[in-house]
Amino acid sequence: MYSRAYKAAVTIPPVLWVTVFLLVPYALLFAYSFWSVSPAKEIIHTWSLHNYLDLFRNSMYPTVLFRSMRIAGAVTLLALLLGYPLAYYLSFHAATRKELLYQLAIIPLWASYLVRGYAWKTILGTDGVLNGFLQYLHITRHPVEFFLYSPFAVVLTLTHIYTPFTFLPIYASLEHVPRNLIEASHDLGASPAKTFLRVILPLSLPGVLAGATFAFVLSLGDFLAPLLVGGSSGIMISNIVVTLFGAAYDWPKGAAISLCMLVIVVAILFLTERIERKFSFR
Amino acid sequence: MNVSPQTKVSSETLLSIRSAVKRFGNREILRGISLNVAAGEFLTILGESGSGKTTLLRLVAGFEHLDGGEIWMGEERIDQAPPYRRPVNTVFQSYALFPHLSVFENVAYGLRAQKAVNGEIPARVKQALEMVKMGEFIESAPSRLSGGQQQRVALARALVNRPRVLLLDEPLSALDANLRRQMQIELKSLQREVGITFIFVTHDQEEAMALSDRIALLRAGLLEQVGPPREIYGFPSTPYSAQFIGQTNLLSAEVQDGLARSGAIVWRTSEPPGKAIYSLRPECIRLVPASSAQAAPDGSIARFQGRIQNQTFGGAMDLLEIDCGNSQTLRARIPAPGPLEGEHVFEFAAADAIRLDERAGA
Repeated sequence: MYSRAYKAAVTIPPVLWVTVFLLVPYALLFAYSFWSVSPAKEIIHTWSLHNYLDLFRNSMYPTVLFRSMRIAGAVTLLALLLGYPLAYYLSFHAATRKELLYQLAIIPLWASYLVRGYAWKTILGTDGVLNGFLQYLHITRHPVEFFLYSPFAVVLTLTHIYTPFTFLPIYASLEHVPRNLIEASHDLGASPAKTFLRVILPLSLPGVLAGATFAFVLSLGDFLAPLLVGGSSGIMISNIVVTLFGAAYDWPKGAAISLCMLVIVVAILFLTERIERKFSFR
Repeated sequence: MNVSPQTKVSSETLLSIRSAVKRFGNREILRGISLNVAAGEFLTILGESGSGKTTLLRLVAGFEHLDGGEIWMGEERIDQAPPYRRPVNTVFQSYALFPHLSVFENVAYGLRAQKAVNGEIPARVKQALEMVKMGEFIESAPSRLSGGQQQRVALARALVNRPRVLLLDEPLSALDANLRRQMQIELKSLQREVGITFIFVTHDQEEAMALSDRIALLRAGLLEQVGPPREIYGFPSTPYSAQFIGQTNLLSAEVQDGLARSGAIVWRTSEPPGKAIYSLRPECIRLVPASSAQAAPDGSIARFQGRIQNQTFGGAMDLLEIDCGNSQTLRARIPAPGPLEGEHVFEFAAADAIRLDERAGA
């Protein structure tokens, strides 16, 4: 059996890591969320629920939260609509180009997030590439302003960033669909369309679910894209948290929002885990 | 499209494969196969791995496309049709049951795909599962079933559609020996019961002999011999089919003046003069009792002397290896001779030595 020293050596680092970087910060966050700030910007260590109640009283917070969820939902949908056909094509029809296309599909992951965000800024801006192109074609006469600094721009940017995250798990699950099941389906008289709906799609659902979870959770908590291209109408919940912890110096309220977000995300992960277990057959 | 020279089809022929050619890259897997399958027949495509037998089956199912030739089903040419429009169903080697569907939904799959009347689906599924003795597993998940049970469900899933031809791709090869024998018997009686044409692919010659109305022996992309098992066994046409189906002795002989001579062994033959190869089955060789060894035999009997090299006890029949001199060794299967040693006289009927042809191009 393993020696005590070995057991300690493999157990202590992860436990330490989780404690220092996860449990302690969350405990602090939890404590802060019940405290408050004096007008002189000092933390008052009195316990109360008023931070949480404020989240419902001030209509700005629910509004931004729902907007964040709408944006995350739209990003998830678009990333699935882009990622699934791409994964499907690669898995079933790319043949010898598979390797190359796979690398091309995940190359955006190697580029810095910030670079991609700024790229969209230069594309969507009033003197950006898109407006220049539209005016060149005489489709528009003046620069269109709503391309940039809008929820639309945020959705576009996040979709670009998170599509590889849907593509990868979907591709993996499609690669695992036994090809003789597809032949069996055709053999039993099901057309390619029916075969897709009754065999390929159900068997790739775990990948779809994993991809959707990635896209939704990651874009729900995103703050760089709204910061770069969102403008005031594209603000998301994380931007508010950043402001509260920074300029506004209201750590207690920031902590309360953070914990609410945490509950939402954990609930989503729990739910998808349950659904995924329902769809795994082996 | 050229009209094939063989358009005259007997009214009995259901499936007709005409000059089928299939290549994978530069390799020619099938080199012009022509084969007619009669309605209600149990035909086995027998061959070693790499002979092209599975490819031939996949061409009929529609999973592969012909590079030459045609496939007809009755009056209809089917080789251009996609698999989902062909009146055939396949039982796959690996079963290929849908893991996300229950046994019921697996069997109902084909009926739903072909838009069978919804009301009759449960009854037909139930009937098909009962036919393969799987009625009690109707709500099970395929992953809960053993290999043999999955095989039965796969069979029911194919048969429920009442295909004109059922294709079976080594369906029993994953089962253990006992279950395999049992399934062979059931498969045969099932085929008689439903009256559907079966095309069965296997590399197991015993299985082929036990099940088939006819065997099509495939070798390196060409048909070596096609015929009922007894005919192929009794009258193999080439050394390959003589050796592949059952055991045999190959005798290289020189024929002259109505006599074939192979080493010290001589027998009467009606074949034309020249070199020839004969097949002599081990069980056609008899031991001549010492008491009658001196009497001259009838002209239709060939006698020879040999030394027992090896004797293997086999219960009812012993296998002898007989050294006949001239470095010629024959194998004989003799009913319960008791322990043997030294020189003995053996005989066989001249008619049991079957003249073989080397296949052109083989």
